[in-house]
Amino acid sequence: MNSEYIIEMLHITKEFPGIVANDDITLQLKKGEIHALLGENGAGKSTLMSVLFGLYQAEKGVIKKNGEVVDIKNPNEATALGIGMVHQHFKLVDVFTVLDNIILGAETTKLGFLQKKEARKKIQELSEKYGLNVDLDAKVEDITVGMQQRVEILKMLYRENEILIFDEPTAVLTPQEIDELMEIMRNFAKEGKSILFITHKLNEIMAVSDRVTVLRKGKCVGTVNTADTTKQELSTMMVGRPVQLEVQKDEAKPEENILEVSDLVVPSKHHGKNAVNGVSFSVRSGEIVCIAGIDGNGQTELVQGITGLEKISGGKVMLCGKDITKMNIRNKNKTGLSHIPEDRHKHGLVLDFTLEDNLVLQRYYEPEFQKLGFIKHANVRAHAEKLIKQFDVRSGQGPITIVRSMSGGNQQKAIIARELDRDLPLIIAVQPTRGLDVGAIEYIHSQLVKARDDGKAILLVSLELDEVMSVSDRILVMYEGEIVGELDPKKTTVSELGLYMAGTKNDFKEEKTDE
Amino acid sequence: MNKKESPLKRLWNKDGTKSIVSSLISILIGMVVGGIIVLIVGLTNDTISVKGAFEGIKLIFFGILSTGRDAAGNLTFGFSPVNLGNMLFRATPIILTGLSVAVAFKTGLFNIGASGQYLMGTAATLYLALTIPTSSVPAWLVWIIAFAGGIIAGALWGAIPGLLKAHLNINEVLACIMTNWIAANLVTWFFESSPLRNSMDYGKTGYIQKTTANAVSTAKLGLDRIFPGSQVNAGILIAILLAVLIYILMSKTTLGFELKACGSNRHAAKYAGIKDKKSIVLSMAIAGALSGAAASLYYLSGNTEFFWSTYQSLPAEGFNGIPVALLAYNNPIGVIFSGCFMSMLNIAGQQLKTLTAYNEYITDIIIAAIVYLSAFSLFIKMIINGRKKRKKEEVPVPTADSDIGDDGAGIKPAEDQEGKENS
Repeated sequence: MNSEYIIEMLHITKEFPGIVANDDITLQLKKGEIHALLGENGAGKSTLMSVLFGLYQAEKGVIKKNGEVVDIKNPNEATALGIGMVHQHFKLVDVFTVLDNIILGAETTKLGFLQKKEARKKIQELSEKYGLNVDLDAKVEDITVGMQQRVEILKMLYRENEILIFDEPTAVLTPQEIDELMEIMRNFAKEGKSILFITHKLNEIMAVSDRVTVLRKGKCVGTVNTADTTKQELSTMMVGRPVQLEVQKDEAKPEENILEVSDLVVPSKHHGKNAVNGVSFSVRSGEIVCIAGIDGNGQTELVQGITGLEKISGGKVMLCGKDITKMNIRNKNKTGLSHIPEDRHKHGLVLDFTLEDNLVLQRYYEPEFQKLGFIKHANVRAHAEKLIKQFDVRSGQGPITIVRSMSGGNQQKAIIARELDRDLPLIIAVQPTRGLDVGAIEYIHSQLVKARDDGKAILLVSLELDEVMSVSDRILVMYEGEIVGELDPKKTTVSELGLYMAGTKNDFKEEKTDE
Repeated sequence: MNKKESPLKRLWNKDGTKSIVSSLISILIGMVVGGIIVLIVGLTNDTISVKGAFEGIKLIFFGILSTGRDAAGNLTFGFSPVNLGNMLFRATPIILTGLSVAVAFKTGLFNIGASGQYLMGTAATLYLALTIPTSSVPAWLVWIIAFAGGIIAGALWGAIPGLLKAHLNINEVLACIMTNWIAANLVTWFFESSPLRNSMDYGKTGYIQKTTANAVSTAKLGLDRIFPGSQVNAGILIAILLAVLIYILMSKTTLGFELKACGSNRHAAKYAGIKDKKSIVLSMAIAGALSGAAASLYYLSGNTEFFWSTYQSLPAEGFNGIPVALLAYNNPIGVIFSGCFMSMLNIAGQQLKTLTAYNEYITDIIIAAIVYLSAFSLFIKMIINGRKKRKKEEVPVPTADSDIGDDGAGIKPAEDQEGKENS
């Protein structure tokens, strides 16, 4: 039996207690195509792929390969059918070398001895063929996230998989790495491999995919040809209502300086040089200043230096006219600093606490929530209920939900609710929309703009060029720990911004000739 | 769905209820296994008759109510003030070491150093209680000083692993084990040349005198009238009071909030302006203080001498705190009951030894089996949760937006998450 489709998932239904993750979903993958699977967080994309990869068994529906019904009970059977998957969170052994990781589980042996030479040769051929540049002898813990992903891809190729599943592959990559990945995916398709590409980023879909299947709340909304659709149409299909892709905002009316940073130096934890090397800038009330740059150019350390999470070795930070350089974190926060941290699981939330406790994490010591050291639980509850309503934070059990069980988007909303509700003059938001879907991004951007219009000073750190261009009133570009350019988003272009980010252009170099 | 549930069902669905039920089930399984061991040992041992074996089983379950044998040689059961009183007396230190372990657990630390803290508390308490002359200082004041001394010694000793963890990021388990043995040797060295060594009572050597030698002992507060003939004293009331205080500290105060936040996610606590290093040290100091208090109350009873040559072994009370805390799911109030249960086993073992041909070693094995299986309570809770989930799958599945909260227990694979989160 011959079929136009290499893989067909027909009428798949997968239920979990209390929720139908996949409800009668049909997905057909043609040979040699890049097929995007689009949906918001929790729409059922990962579940559907886990069914295909044998991690879950569907209650209803069949999977066909080349027109024949197959039964995939576990990932090994999926691999045997030529299905490979790059997971969102890589499954690599950190202390093994790249080579060992690639052959792990598919080792060729002779008399019980590993035949690494043959493996090495095969992998080298593969990496040359597809331009997957990796250092086979480096340990995984020492290589960049982008390279780790290439290791995952090589794992699939080494196993000669012909159906490749990419689960949110671009979430962890820099813009350049994303471009490279797109190119690699196109090469695969040319070679006749079939690709399933899970994402919620519309630009990537438009750039690389042939067809798109859209899921919403566990149901299949439809499959369209990428050429016949628009971003706006896709986002409407995904969210179920028209979405504002462009950020709506008026002209900024900046007033007095709120944050003044001068000559800030933060030593690096990874190398001998300074991660932040003499950075000076200011943020005024009523404006959104965006720090742009490729990940790892000191943005994280800059914010951590300002907020006190990291020790600084020089410079001065003024907030609302007060010198906060040497203050402890609690006093900095009290002086007027809201911080939406980069890593919401590491810094932003105590995942095993309830939602209501997380919502008072910055304020539990205030008289509203405690008296003589005893927490006023009724006020904590009331505060949580107010914020949940005001910011539409959704969770299973309301205030007493354990935050770990909430979706990423709602976890982020909880942080935003907590930080914006504190109503402080400065808001530092680091990648506030990372990993979120269009609906949540729209919401967070509108909240930031609203806070700006209320006269807050906002320092936004972002790796997403779209976000940098659309949300900010002023752009500062960081490269290798220094600010190399100040741009007006209305007057600059993405390509000019890219030149600054790559270090090719530098407005301040002449001033710093002594370095 | 929630509105239709009966109050009984709601009670059953509460996490606390499930914890208690699973603890009780594991205790029961443990006791049944203990009974089986008694039976096997009895049947394979020539000196123990079949009747003796069944008597052994009876004592495992009801030893606390044993009142000895009647004229015909049959076991008799009933209210035994001596057993109950002794149970409360022995429960006192392990309730406190259990609290010590539980507090540390709740703040993300594993305090395996309760034994060392207990020893330091013992040394401080005995030294103070025996050297401050009651001829010039009132005995009650000496008692208070000795009790406070034990608590402080334990707290300081507990703070050491805390400091190492907070500032040098040294795993507290390693540091605790080290400090345990340092304490064991330190205490031996301290008492070796001390004049407090007892050679007057019964001509025994190697012991430190009872605190009664200096006329210091814990008040009975009438408990001796309720449980005549037993060793019980007001120490058990102090232990219960401390458990309640710890419960209030951990769940009602900002300090408890800070300690728990820091234990659960040190980075987030730091981000929120909580002094993470201080919190870790404080958690361990509180844990150490509780272990020190355990030793203080045990020796200030005036019932026991202290075998000072401790360098070869660590006091069991310290390690017994771990199963006590586990069995109680680290709930300070639960620790009162699990501590009493553990000491009840001890009493049952004693009855087994005195009333039947079983020797003391076999009773230790049985207690160990029960403790082991009791620690399975977490596993049993998982089964209870799993059963509930399967049941739920059979009923018509509600829509995506309905209540899914109780799936957050974390026993599902991570890949699961996206599918069930509602966004």
